[in-house]
Amino acid sequence: MKRELHAEWTKLRTMPGPGWLLAGVIVLTVALSAVAATVVTCGSPGCGQDSTRIGLMGVQLGQAMVALLAVLTICGEYSTGLIRTSLTAMPRRTTLLAAKAGVLTGLTLAAGTAAVLGSVVAGRLLLPASGFTPAHGYAPLSLADGPTLRAAIGSVLYLGLIALFSAGIAVAVRDSAAATGIVLGLLYLFPLVIRMFGDEDTQRFLWSLSPANAGLMIQATTDAAVLPLTPWAGLGVLAAWTAAALLLGGLLLRRRDA
Amino acid sequence: MTPYRSQAPAGRDGFAQLLHAEWTKLRTVRGWMIGTALAALLIAGLGTLTASGSYSSCMKGSAEVPCPAPVLGPGGEAVRDRFYFVHQPLNGDGTITVRVSSMTGQIRKPDVTPGVRNVVSGVVPWAKAGVMIKKSTRQGDPYAAVMVTGSHGTRMQHNFTEDVAGRPGGVSPQSPRWLRLTRLGDTITGSESPDGRQWIEVGTARLDGLPAQVRIGLFAASPGDVTVSSNTLGGTTSASRFTEATAVMDQVSVRGAGTGGTWKIDDIGVTTGLDGVTPHHPGRLARSGDTFTVTGVGDIAPVTEEGGIERTLTGAMVALIAVIVVAVLFVTAEYRRQLIRTTLLAAPRRGRVLAAKAVVIGAVTFVAALAAAAVTLPVARRIYQGNGIYFLPVGTLTELRVIVGVAAVLAVSAVLALALGVLFRRSAMAVIAAIVAVLVPYVLATASLLPESVSDWLLRITPAAGFAIQQSVTEYPQVISHYAPVAGYYPLPPWAGFAVLCGYAALALALAARRLRRSDV
Repeated sequence: MKRELHAEWTKLRTMPGPGWLLAGVIVLTVALSAVAATVVTCGSPGCGQDSTRIGLMGVQLGQAMVALLAVLTICGEYSTGLIRTSLTAMPRRTTLLAAKAGVLTGLTLAAGTAAVLGSVVAGRLLLPASGFTPAHGYAPLSLADGPTLRAAIGSVLYLGLIALFSAGIAVAVRDSAAATGIVLGLLYLFPLVIRMFGDEDTQRFLWSLSPANAGLMIQATTDAAVLPLTPWAGLGVLAAWTAAALLLGGLLLRRRDA
Repeated sequence: MTPYRSQAPAGRDGFAQLLHAEWTKLRTVRGWMIGTALAALLIAGLGTLTASGSYSSCMKGSAEVPCPAPVLGPGGEAVRDRFYFVHQPLNGDGTITVRVSSMTGQIRKPDVTPGVRNVVSGVVPWAKAGVMIKKSTRQGDPYAAVMVTGSHGTRMQHNFTEDVAGRPGGVSPQSPRWLRLTRLGDTITGSESPDGRQWIEVGTARLDGLPAQVRIGLFAASPGDVTVSSNTLGGTTSASRFTEATAVMDQVSVRGAGTGGTWKIDDIGVTTGLDGVTPHHPGRLARSGDTFTVTGVGDIAPVTEEGGIERTLTGAMVALIAVIVVAVLFVTAEYRRQLIRTTLLAAPRRGRVLAAKAVVIGAVTFVAALAAAAVTLPVARRIYQGNGIYFLPVGTLTELRVIVGVAAVLAVSAVLALALGVLFRRSAMAVIAAIVAVLVPYVLATASLLPESVSDWLLRITPAAGFAIQQSVTEYPQVISHYAPVAGYYPLPPWAGFAVLCGYAALALALAARRLRRSDV
């Protein structure tokens, strides 16, 4: 496994794309978080907003870059035919997939940590100017606060899970355009499909099935009572999607010719 | 020695041949045809699936009954027609004059203590009271009225959608206002006066085909107080709470054949409470001599909340992803397999190759989406109606615009994605760029914590503005409602929004043509 990890790390390290994408994860996440912290305002005490969710909103855009990184890492090998060389050199396919996933997750967690920390700092600096002041019942964003710490750590884990989820889909689909379409469709379109149903019970049910919506409940710190799932259960839903995608990808990788 | 020349006639290389070549490429890759068919199936499938999964019922007394079809106004639009009417018959021409000396009311605010009604005194901006001529007391019948409002001065309104402003300002016992409505054939003229002697015309209304006998009298109405709160699941929800308005009117004079008898009262459109008998929030009349104190609840206005027929086509958003993937692959696959070299060798004028590709992918997407939308909309609407859900009715032209517009948005997005494919030459990058440009702004605008001012800007300046073309509902300045993207109201007019999307596609195509011409393949 150590040799495989080293091989995958060398492949990823020597391509120009991943570096830019990881930088993109950090920049886009912090940028959207900062924009959200500036434009969402709280006019009076009890304005009902969850300041932690606003401060970490950039994850919704950063996840697209994470998905792109995962898809390109996997599908790039298929489009150039390198996958045949890789599988000849490392015939144990599950191990190869595990090594790829491991390197990918490690890089994503590192970039995700930087992105989330940047967002928290941006939120701490910008949110008070938008009316999220102690007078309105909002303490400054701080990682010393239990729920905020959970939201921040959870957001990093969320990005890691998104990388694994996208990798699983990419291995199963092999074509980068189709894989990107499927991953982004599952991440972004659930809210639109949910809104098509008029019935509120159906809406809540679909909400708790949706990978992005359920997963991002890990960021909720104030609305716990009204959300369909608890924060960790929400992240668990995404973990289940990830496990299913990886299982599917792994099985297809073992069964299919490359 | 003459060089060898082939005897075969030279092949033509016009634009038609290029189109034929590109169509052949698209047609013969199975995955791309499947992708296009999938897009059409997603529109139809999601449309009918969500229609059969949505139910609505109404309570009549304590029993659950199918919801009644919406009341339609003279123009065919869904209307709210609920007010308190104190009226007499009028045969032929006639006139009514009244002095309004006060307007007060009550508004129910969000509960401070749960379960305890929080009612404050006040008048909502579009509370209205005044004089009216209406064809009959049936809901939805034509009418014309001149009225004082909560905070929009005197207005002359007719047939639910029409509204003309008179002088601004409210009424009080110190500064009352006289209102007059005159019928002359089908024409009704509304006037106002500060003193009962000098009259200013507010407006005229032509109510075509008004019968000889109509109802003429005093009315009061007060639309619900709309509050918008953010929803924990993302987006916002709006609520409309009870209000009522009470107007004091005196110096009433009615002239014309048939008038002068007793006043009849009707609480037009009142619903009953849980027991099925007691009226729910009734209006009332208190009369002392010549002074009429009329209290009304409800509104006389077009409906703005129920949602438009475009809701049946939300599947197009999902189909958009399939469309983008096919459009991107249509060009990036050529780069990957190096077919692009053969293509450009056969047709060296590169701009024309790009144009042919854009025409083919745009046309194919348009046809597939148009067929799906044209079938889905009527079918899904019928299923929704069977399940008790009615959309705001619209004219045939608007319905055509929605169907063609959805197909056009998909087609133009496909062209945009194709151009991005030429620019990036990498499938995944181009797919992500297209989705982030077209779809993500729409999702952030309708299903996130962003405030509505930001949502509006997202739908003005990003390619997602193009979705405005599917808006079938109308925004009325004289009706307070939740006019936001999440409720189906876009910040730009339909064609302007579509023009923004087309502008982005044209820009991307121009950049793609430049890149294709300038760089090696």
